[in-house]
This record gives sequence, structure tokens and C-alpha cells, in this order.
Amino acid sequence: MVQLTLPKNSKMVEGKVWPKPAGATRLKEFRIYRWDPDDDRNPRIDTYYVDMDDCGPMVLDGLIWIKSKIDPTLTFRRSCREGICGSCAMNIDGMNTLACTKGMDEVKGAVKIYPLPHLEVVKDLVPDLTNFYAQHRSVEPWLHTTTPAPETEWKQSRDDREKLDGLYECILCACCSTSCPSYWWNGDRYLGPAVLLQAYRWLIDSRDEATGERLDNLEDPFRLYRCHTIMNCAQTCPKGLNPAKAIAEIKKMMVERRI
Amino acid sequence: MAHEKSIRTPLARVKGLGSAKEGTEHFWRQRVTALANLPLVIFFVFLIISVQGESHADVVRILAHPFTAIVTLAMIISGVWHMKIGMQVIIEDYVHEGPKLLVLMANSFFCFLVGLAAVFGILKIAFGG
Repeated sequence: MVQLTLPKNSKMVEGKVWPKPAGATRLKEFRIYRWDPDDDRNPRIDTYYVDMDDCGPMVLDGLIWIKSKIDPTLTFRRSCREGICGSCAMNIDGMNTLACTKGMDEVKGAVKIYPLPHLEVVKDLVPDLTNFYAQHRSVEPWLHTTTPAPETEWKQSRDDREKLDGLYECILCACCSTSCPSYWWNGDRYLGPAVLLQAYRWLIDSRDEATGERLDNLEDPFRLYRCHTIMNCAQTCPKGLNPAKAIAEIKKMMVERRI
Repeated sequence: MAHEKSIRTPLARVKGLGSAKEGTEHFWRQRVTALANLPLVIFFVFLIISVQGESHADVVRILAHPFTAIVTLAMIISGVWHMKIGMQVIIEDYVHEGPKLLVLMANSFFCFLVGLAAVFGILKIAFGG
């Protein structure tokens, strides 16, 4: 059965309250999930104070400031700091989003930060995305053709290219999939909104010649049909995309090919 | 998403036993029965309200009318079918391993019996048993 309570060793406890930076006048409180696989302690919530006059405006700036100035052991992923790599996806103020595009001023009170929900934690804010990436690999996210490749490029009309808008922008940050209750309960078999949006991106690509095989691969009570249109995915997507709509389009294609 | 300790690759785990190549019919039936239930259930609710206060003999007479009996039977079949599919989805969502198979079978048996009993009741009234 679905487990609704945390196991004993996963229960969160109050952690360390780090001292406020000396001389700072504008402070922002950060409450951050910490867990270290190398000690036997339960996860804890550490409290930090960031000097807003010495720090950039985004939540990621705050995290980097904490790591540089207060606590170098704080662990998180980050790379591009401009919402294109998807590395710094985490749960901020109760919503999965990218730390680099979330302004500190958008959060009232303390900035509460947890790793993406319902994934195994590697350390602190770093979740294990192995299964997520393998699921992406399973939909073979590249062009499939049997027609011999043309001497130049595979051509696509402007209208067909437009069909990829709202899909190609997905950066695979996993915010949507990890916000989806269906993915929480059945993430080992349900592909989840991000991967299904990616699958649809190839299903709808006019240049692809494997649409039928792709649909065959998805037609499964768990892989596709665990989506119950809960819509958390669309609500949380930091890029403003709508994975639920992409999934509905896949279901429409499934029905279309049999009636 | 706790994985068994195993040295299978992540891709092998994700691919698992492969696609079941079904689910669409289930999805489609759920929509069709939902659509059918809309007028059928409204009709049934109005029917129940309209026979309030009538005598037993009158209610039996109304239910035995071919139109009422057929629409009520349609509602029972469509409704029970929808109930079975819906409950199956919930079980698949929340019940893993262990009792899953038994619970799915219990759902099928329960829905079949409820449907059969209701259909039998209407037929008995309709044919004047």
C-alpha cells in the first residue's frame, strides 16, 4: 500500500540555527532541509540568515551566499543560474521550482527549501534522478526515420514546426513529475508528466517516422494512463509549460488510431 | 520508488516487462460510461423524486413500464460498469504488490453481483414476478 507517514529515520527534526551575519540590516531567513548519508542522523531543518544587501535577488543567490559565507557543507545542484539547465530544481515555499528564477522577494517570511518530493535524497537538496533519466531514455527522445536521410536536412513546414512550441522548451528539471501524486505512488511504472511531454514532442514531430511504434510503447495502464489530470504539473512548471495537455493529446492519439 | 537491490541497469528497470499494449479501451469506456451516466442518472433521480408518496402498487406499475424499466436497466449497467472501472483505477493507484490481485478480483466480483442483483430486481418487477 501507499505509505502516508514517513519512516522513523526520515522524520525531520529541528536543526542548527546559524548566527545572523554581523552588521547586516536587511536579513532573509532561510529554512533548509539537510540530510547527510554519512551520519546516522535524521533529516533536519537548518536556519540561516542571508544579508540581502550583500546577495543577488534570487533564491539560488541566497543558497550560494550561504554556501560561500556561512556553511560550505550545504549541498545543492546548480549550473546556468538562468533557468535553462534545470539543475537547481527544488521545493521552495511549498512549490517545485527553479531556485535561479524564483525571487527571494516572492516568498513571504522564511524561505523554506526542501529537495524535490518523493525522490531518494543523495544529500541535502540533491535528489536521485537516475530513474527519471532512464524513463526519459526509454521514450527514445531522438528522431526515428527509415527513409534514407536526405543530403541536406529533414524538412519541416513552418506550421509543423509551430506544433513543437510549448514542448521543446522543457528542460527536464523534474519539477512537474515530482509534483504529481500519481508519480509519487507509481513512479517506477508511470512515466510522469515530464517524460510524457517529451514523448509527445517526438510523437507530434512531422519529421519522425515512428509515431505508431512510439504509441505502442506508451500504451499501457501504468506508463501513460496513470495520469488522472490532477494538473499539478502545469501549475508548477517553472517554464510555464502544460504537460497535462501534452498527455491528453497522447490519449487522443491513442483513441484516434482505433476508431 | 524504492528499488530492489539489483544490478540491473536503470533502463532495464524502467522498461520492465514492456508495454501492456492496452489501457486505451479502459480509458475510453470510462469516458463513454461517464457520458451515458449523465442523462441516465438525472432521469433516475427525477424518477425517484416523482414517485415519492405513491403507493407500492403504483411504484411497481411505473417501474414495470417498458420505458422506465429499460432506462433504469441502462443506468444500472452503465453505472456499475463505471463504478468497476473507477474502483480498479483507485486500486491500481494505491495498492501495490501483496493483496493487489485479490483486491482487484474482489472489486470485479462485488460490482458484478451488485449489478446482477439490481438487474434481477428490475426484471422481476418488469415481468410481474
